[in-house]
Amino acid sequence: MAVLKVLVIDDEPGIRSGVSRILKNFHVTYPFMDEDYTFEVTEAATGEEGITILERDMPDILLLDNKLPGIQGIEVLEYIRKKNYDIVVAMITSYASLDVAVRATRDGAIDFIPKPFTPQELKSSIENITKQQYLKRITYKMNQEGKKVRYQFLSVLSHELKAPLNALEGYLRMMQGKQAGELIDDYATPIERSLQRIQGMRSLIMDLLDFTKIRLERKEEKIQEVNLAELASDAIVTVQPYAIQMDVSINLDVRTNVIIMADPDDMEIVFNNLISNAVKYNKIGGKAEITIDSSDSEAILIISDTGIGITKSDTENLFAEFVRIKNEKTRNISGSGLGLSIVKKVVELYHGTIKVESTPDVGTVFTIRLPKKPIIIP
Amino acid sequence: MKKSDITILVADDDPDYLFQTVFNLEKAGYKTIAVESQAEAESVIAKFKPSLAIFDLMMESDDSGFILCYKIKRKYPDVPVILATAVSHETGLSFSVDSDQEKSWIRADKYLEKGIRPEQLDQEVMKLLKL
Repeated sequence: MAVLKVLVIDDEPGIRSGVSRILKNFHVTYPFMDEDYTFEVTEAATGEEGITILERDMPDILLLDNKLPGIQGIEVLEYIRKKNYDIVVAMITSYASLDVAVRATRDGAIDFIPKPFTPQELKSSIENITKQQYLKRITYKMNQEGKKVRYQFLSVLSHELKAPLNALEGYLRMMQGKQAGELIDDYATPIERSLQRIQGMRSLIMDLLDFTKIRLERKEEKIQEVNLAELASDAIVTVQPYAIQMDVSINLDVRTNVIIMADPDDMEIVFNNLISNAVKYNKIGGKAEITIDSSDSEAILIISDTGIGITKSDTENLFAEFVRIKNEKTRNISGSGLGLSIVKKVVELYHGTIKVESTPDVGTVFTIRLPKKPIIIP
Repeated sequence: MKKSDITILVADDDPDYLFQTVFNLEKAGYKTIAVESQAEAESVIAKFKPSLAIFDLMMESDDSGFILCYKIKRKYPDVPVILATAVSHETGLSFSVDSDQEKSWIRADKYLEKGIRPEQLDQEVMKLLKL
């Protein structure tokens, strides 16, 4: 239950008490609101008194009479506009003066309630105002959260980019100061590690490019018929050298040859990330299995491995940006922490779903379901 | 106290930073114990009192460094602790342990940005150990 504060400024006591009485047990609810709105009314007989209360209480809604004993309603409106207060104003007018209406609208009044009004007229006016206030607040909140998410993303990103730079700088300084010896061979480890960090940084940058690509490039002309089995075997070829190093065998099982409408680049991102993860987080001598199947309406991709697995609590955050599961087993595996968040975004773009099931030390299964029918992507 | 009598516990999950820090400290003449996780650091603390400790902030969890600071100070209140991290000031996650309010919840004696020069690190260690 949320409460909106209503201030009524009117020199007629009957109007003021009428508003208080009508709104006392009134509440506004819409199916899309997560809570009901009720109202708390404060009264003021003059503009001056109204401004004092306004300053003190910061009401959400102001019901304002124009014809007042001291300063006029229009002047109260001007005051609110100058101070940039976030208050929705409805004018209560006893006669329809076009001039006042125009000025009031220009100064930010959003509604006019004719005087005298019936309880129903007041209620429907308040209902409209509440809806507007609600939408305004939700929009504001969403914008704020959007900003926050972007900000967090950037701060974590700068951390992820700085860590390898610090490592490189440290090694170079070590060499500059000839701290480990005179010979280049004395620096075999620092050189090897530097190269690895550069590789890690490169893959982070590649992931970031993917990330911005799926966020920015939405070109419908790129949507075409995509053979998932073909893309999967391309991705396997890409990962193969790494798989050989890890002694992981990759098997592709095409149960149905599924063709979907998609941007092939997007599907490549999905396969590359999941298949390379299936190798990366596997055990020496393990297996990775890619299954492509379909139901009547969906393409089904299953990528399973016999790797280190993920605990139940870790799977909850698995698809968030920059989340990397940190433990003994993942310590020496490099990754940007972006891969799975990218995969999830792509899958959702196609109105599909991604699911993960995992048992630590046994393996992990990712299941993706994508609608076969082309869907217009916003 | 001689530098060679001093043992510094260093915990960092970035193997390169750990390698470099330990390398630089040993070069400066200290003994070191290097661990790659909060869990390992905790088991070291349980049975050994280092002369000083340097903890990375984010290891298994985002606040591993804070937890380690808290635990080591509870067991050995007199062991100076340096909290080191690459989370820089411009990320908005800036903090220091200079004000009393910060000291009340960050139980570290010094907060250092990663990537500091070896001589600087040596000086900070000497200052904290009053060498």
